[in-house]
Formats: sequence, structure tokens, C-alpha cells
Amino acid sequence: MSDSKAAPGIAITADLLGADFFTLLGLPKRFELDIAGLNERFRQLQREVHPDRFAAADDAARRASMMLATQINAAYQTLRSPLKRATYLLEQAGIDIGAESNTAMSADFLMSQMMWREQVADARSDKNLAELERLQAEIADDIRDAYSDLAVMLDQENRTQDAVEGVRCLMFLEKLREEIEDAVFALEDL
Amino acid sequence: MALLQIAEPGQSPLPHETRHAIGIDLGTTNSLVASVRQGMSHVMNDAEGRALVPSVVRYQEDGSVLVGYDALKAIAKDPKNTIASVKRLMGRSLTDIAHRENLPLDLVDNPGMVSVKTRQGVKTPVEVSAEILRVLNDRALQTLGQDIVGAVITVPAYFDDAQRQATKDAARLAGLNVLRLLNEPTAAAVAYGLDNSSEGVYAVYDLGGGTFDISILRLTRGVFEVLATGGDSALGGDDFDRRIYCWVLEKAQLKSPPTIEDTALLLLRSREAKEYLSTHPEAPITARLASGEVLDVTIDMATFAEISQMLVSKTLQPVKKTLRDAGLRPEDIQGVVMVGGATRIPLIQRAVGEFFKQEPLNNLDPDKVVALGAAIQANLLAGNRAPGEDWLLLDVIPLSLGLETMGGLVEKVIPRNSTLPVARAQEFTTYRDGQTAMMVHVVQGERELVDDGRSLARFELRGIPPMVAGAARIRVTFQVDADGLLSVTAREQTTGVEAHVEVKPSYGLSDDQITGMLKASVDHARDDAQTRALKETQVDAQRLIEAVRSALTEDRHLLNENEFQLIESDIVKLQTASLSGNRRQITIAMDDLDADCKEFAGRRMNQAVNRALAGKTIDSVEEAMHDLHQVANAPLKEKK
Repeated sequence: MSDSKAAPGIAITADLLGADFFTLLGLPKRFELDIAGLNERFRQLQREVHPDRFAAADDAARRASMMLATQINAAYQTLRSPLKRATYLLEQAGIDIGAESNTAMSADFLMSQMMWREQVADARSDKNLAELERLQAEIADDIRDAYSDLAVMLDQENRTQDAVEGVRCLMFLEKLREEIEDAVFALEDL
Repeated sequence: MALLQIAEPGQSPLPHETRHAIGIDLGTTNSLVASVRQGMSHVMNDAEGRALVPSVVRYQEDGSVLVGYDALKAIAKDPKNTIASVKRLMGRSLTDIAHRENLPLDLVDNPGMVSVKTRQGVKTPVEVSAEILRVLNDRALQTLGQDIVGAVITVPAYFDDAQRQATKDAARLAGLNVLRLLNEPTAAAVAYGLDNSSEGVYAVYDLGGGTFDISILRLTRGVFEVLATGGDSALGGDDFDRRIYCWVLEKAQLKSPPTIEDTALLLLRSREAKEYLSTHPEAPITARLASGEVLDVTIDMATFAEISQMLVSKTLQPVKKTLRDAGLRPEDIQGVVMVGGATRIPLIQRAVGEFFKQEPLNNLDPDKVVALGAAIQANLLAGNRAPGEDWLLLDVIPLSLGLETMGGLVEKVIPRNSTLPVARAQEFTTYRDGQTAMMVHVVQGERELVDDGRSLARFELRGIPPMVAGAARIRVTFQVDADGLLSVTAREQTTGVEAHVEVKPSYGLSDDQITGMLKASVDHARDDAQTRALKETQVDAQRLIEAVRSALTEDRHLLNENEFQLIESDIVKLQTASLSGNRRQITIAMDDLDADCKEFAGRRMNQAVNRALAGKTIDSVEEAMHDLHQVANAPLKEKK
């Protein structure tokens, strides 16, 4: 069948099931990522392997298609989130973020976290939407900067230990961002 | 090694033969069947040219069964044997069913799923639905004049696993080969997407007879990606009928209370009035009741708008939440597809238009659009792909899946809105020396407590070799397929002992798989909106009390005697309010307790800051943050 947009045939083999997420999605193994390329490649792969392509096929093919489609979804979910992507890259390099849970965080960072949380709590109890939105913009900036730093550490300078700390800080920041979003949503909803 | 034989994307196995497949919209109020013929999706009509089959089944005295319009006619005179809106009962237990006091049926609470007592015996909702599906299948066979390879059956996106399984079982009982369960809003988007060949992000607002669904989809070059979905499985067009019905009762001031037959009749008249009001300024409602009394009232549009305003705003809550899940704002939406007969109500059109700041899309018949889309998808799955009609649907799981952990808490394993198919594994271990079995309890829903979610299955992994506590490594894997159906595998890693369950509610159809080591049970989660709201408030109150109590245990020294007594008396007041079952009183008592704890919270925060800065490790800070969070967020209420 001739569909001008159809991808060139992708060789789907058992190897793909065991492949790392970058290989599976045909992307270079690095932090900085072409998101448009990732989206495109994800859709292209699902077009070929999704169970809907095998609705009338035999059990074995249906099962294989489900496993592969599942794996592609997992890869996509991991790679499109910068935090999950960085964690995954470090894990692939043999570094388990969770196992280092006793690493001390810098006092500066902890102090700034405290202040953030205090400001958010105040703005929330004052029902101050403008202030929450200001905080939201501010943390978005911080997060963006932290990811740029992380990209340098991971892709250029191979500073894995710094990257681990970067990832851990970002876990805090992302959680905080989520809390601010929750608070904004709750206020907007009133 | 080639794992999958893929010739070319989109190639059909038998290119020159058309394999007929049908799309079925199994609705709460009406059902339809459609198929693609000569490249176009058509709804199939009956001999009288009617497309809709009312989803009504009547069990007659002579042992025969009537479905559709003929059954609908009898609904007022034989309400106990004439079952309407059976979809609301699918996969539900008795306590799940909203407004069951308004249902003129004899409900029987079987384990797993409610059943209906009729003169032909007790019928499960699965059996009743199968009757409707049989009629649709017969119509398709007659229209197409040849074999049907399979069917796509639509379900509300918000259906949980039990409701999906029940639907699939009904199809099996009716002798249909199910190619796919498809979410209704996705089906509607398919119907629109292919007609308009649109790209961008769309919202599908689907207000059916008994359920409300909202889905956000992105269309990119033939791939329909569901970004988020939400809704309310106990809110639909029927609720508007009931609002009118209640208004009528209030207005008419009947001399004697309405009988069951009267109720059925008045609900029918209310529905007719609702439909009439979509195109007329007022609607007369007349009925002769069993007592001989004649009821004659007229409802105008303004009154209808007033009594149903609350229902309309109730649909906008999930819309906001779902947009947020998708990370989008109303202005990011390119078009709003309207689905379901109830969206003809002008008040709804207006409210949706105002919310999204654009005219909703109405060019396809909102009653038919789901069936039309289902037929298009069925045709594709059957392997009949026309050039340029090559697309793919990527749907999501509507509700999170999790496991019960210690203390009745839910550990989420697969978050809602994950793209299907999806699998996730979690490792557990034994907590006693020599433990040889482990209970796995699967729960669906967004809440953090097991009691607040829907229990899907309990099963036991046995034969774990005796080891010291913590040595066994038990990996529990959830796999959700493209239909949104779950299977769970538990495997002990060191020995390979395995237990597997296709999660099915145990309502006694064909449950061979669950026998033996596996035992599924479905709990009694409540869907009644008000009861739920009250229960949530009571839970919130309980949590607040527990949080304050634990703060008092730790830091009582931060309070003087008067302050302590004040807080104690607030707690007692809140407990009393909670027992009273008056939601407003509970809220007020919670606010009082909150207010009187403010100063205490501030002192605890200072203490926590000092403690955190002294420790400086991530664990202690995490803990301190948690403490801070607990005390600093004065309302301490659970995060929604």
C-alpha cells in the first residue's frame, strides 16, 4: 500500500524488546534531545507495532505486538520528561539515584527550599493568586536553568556526581512546582 | 530473529475481499450499529427507517424478550420487567448505583454485580446488555447480508476495569467477536477527524444518558493521541430528566403519592419535555396517574435552565481537571466536539461555548457520531484500509491502578492517563520469617485510601519457599492492554513461583481463570455523589483530627494549658459534627480547629526549621519538609 507519509520499514526484531530506550526510539544517548524528533519517531513506531495493527492476527503476534507497544510507550514516557530522562541516563551509567539517599544537600539549597515553601504557604493561605503566579514563573525559570546546567554536566563535561546532585535538586523543584500548580488550580477554581 | 512479520504498514491480509466489521454504540438510553460501506460510515436503520434502538429490554410473560421501541412502550405499565438504562448497572454493586431509589426495578445485590429480578428470573446487567447487542447484530447481519468478522464496541472513557469487562462479556454472550473496546469520545473524534481532516488539539464533551466524559486529544498526521480523559460515571442526561421530574412533583402537589408506574411514566414525560425544550420555549407535561388524578403542568426554558444549572456546572469541574492533566488551557483547544443527545440542551451548548470561548462543533448528529466512529475503527481493524485512511488511535487508561500496602494505603503502580498498552512492575518482599504466601489486592481510583477506591481483585501468591523476612523478591507486574483491560502477574524472583490473574469481577459467567489460588472480589465503593462528598469531608475531618493529635503528641510543650484546652474542645466539636453527618457543620468545625491551630503551627514550623538545618541530610530534610508541609498548610486537608 502506498502511503506517502509511511515510514520506511522498520526492522522489528526481538533485540528491540531488550534495547535501551534511546536505541528503541532511534535517538542518540544523551540528555539534550530533539523533542520533535522524539514525538515523530514514537508515532512512527506505534503505527507499525500497535496492537490495533494486529487485531486480526494470531495470538503470538498479538502478544508480541502488545509487549513491544508497551515498551515503546515506556520509553517515550521516560525520554520526554527531562527529569526521568536524566535519571535514566544516570541509571544506564550504573548510578542509582535512590541508593544515594544519604547524600547531604547544600545548606544554601535547603534554606532556599524552606523559603520557597514558606512563600507558597503564605500565598496559599492569603488566597493570593497573583503571588502564586509570580512564584510559578520564578520556579519555572529556576528549573529551566537547572536543566541547562544538567545538560552541560551530562553531555559535555561528564560530571556524573554533580549531575546526581542536580537531579536530586530538580526532584525538589519539580515537586514544588507541582504544589504551586495545585494551589493555583485550587484558587482559580473558586 | 524476526519477531513480528510486518509486510507494509496498512496492508490488509486479503486485499480484494471486504471483511465486514461493525461499530456498536451501546448507550445508556439508545444504542446504534454502524458499518462502513462504499468507503462511508453509515448507521443501520430498522425496517421503519429508525436508527436508534432504545436501550430497553422487556421480559414478557410468555418467556419472550422485547428490545427497543416495543419494550419502551411498556415501560410505564410494566416497569419491574422492563429494564432501561442497564448500562448504569454494568459492573456495579448495589451501593455503587446513584439514585437507585428512583429506579423502578427489583435490584438484587449479587457479589460483584447487582442483578435485576424479573418475571423470567434474575438477570445480570451483562445478560440484559447482551439482549440489546443481539438485536443490533441481527440488524447488521440483515443489512450486510453476510458474515461479520467482528465488532468495535464503545464504552465511556471513564469506565473502570469491572465495567469494561462486563461490556466485553455481554458481547461474548451475544456471540460477537470484539475487535476492540473503544472509548466513546475517541470514537467521536475519529468520526470528526476523518471528515474534517483536522490537525491540532480537540476536546470531546460527551454527555450521554448516564455518564459524562471529557477527553482531550491531539491529532497529528493520522495519529489520534488521547492526552487526558476524565468525567463522572454517575452524571448524564437522565439526571436532567430527574430534575424535571422532581420539579413536576413539587409543582403538581399530588393528592396521593405516585406509584412505581406513575414514576416511570413521569420520568418518560420529563424526558420528552427536556427534548422538546431544546427547540421550543416551553413544554407541556400531562399525564393520567394510577389514582385517576390528571397532572397538567408546563415548564418553560428559564425554569429548566434554573433547575439544571447545577448539573451543567458539575460537568465543567472534570473539564477543568482534565485540561490541567493535559497541561493545557481552554484557549489551547482548537475545536470542541459535542457528543450525546443531552448536548442538544441549549444551556449546555452555551456553557461549553463560554468555557472554551468558541462555538462547539455540531455538524455530525450527536446521537450517531460515536457509532459512526466505531464503525470506521472496526473497518480499519478488520483490515480494510483505503489509501489515505491509515491512522492509529493511542488511548489512555482513565483511572490509576494501584496495590494495597500496609495500613490500607494505595501504592499507585500505573498513573491515570498513561498511554495504552502499558505495563509496570513493582517489587515487594515478605515481612515475616518463613512466610509462604502473599496477598495481592488490586485497586483502581485516584484516592490514597484503599477504602476510597474500587477493589478490582484480590489474589494470593502461594508457594513462596520459606525464607527470612525480606529475602523473597516478589515482582508484581500490571499489564493493561489496548482495550484498557488489566492482567496482573506476581512472581517470586529467586524461585520463579508465579501467579497470574486476568482481573475479572466475579459475577459468575465464565470464571475458570479465577478459581483455585485466585479469588477476586469487588468491594462496595460508593458513587452517590452526595454521600461521597460527605464521606470525603468526614475522611478529611478524621485526617485533620489525626494530624492535630499527632502534632499534640509530639509538641504539646509548645502550648500553654489554655491553648491546649481550646484545641481539645475544637477536636471534640469536630468529632461530634462528623458523626452528625451534616457536611456544612463538619466544614465549619474544621475551619474552627484550623484557625485555633494557627499559632501552634507557627511554633512548630520554627522548631522544624531549626531541626532541619541541624540535620542537613536528605532524609531528615524530607521529613522536616513533610512536617513543615503538615503544619504550614493550615487547612491540612487532603490534596485533591
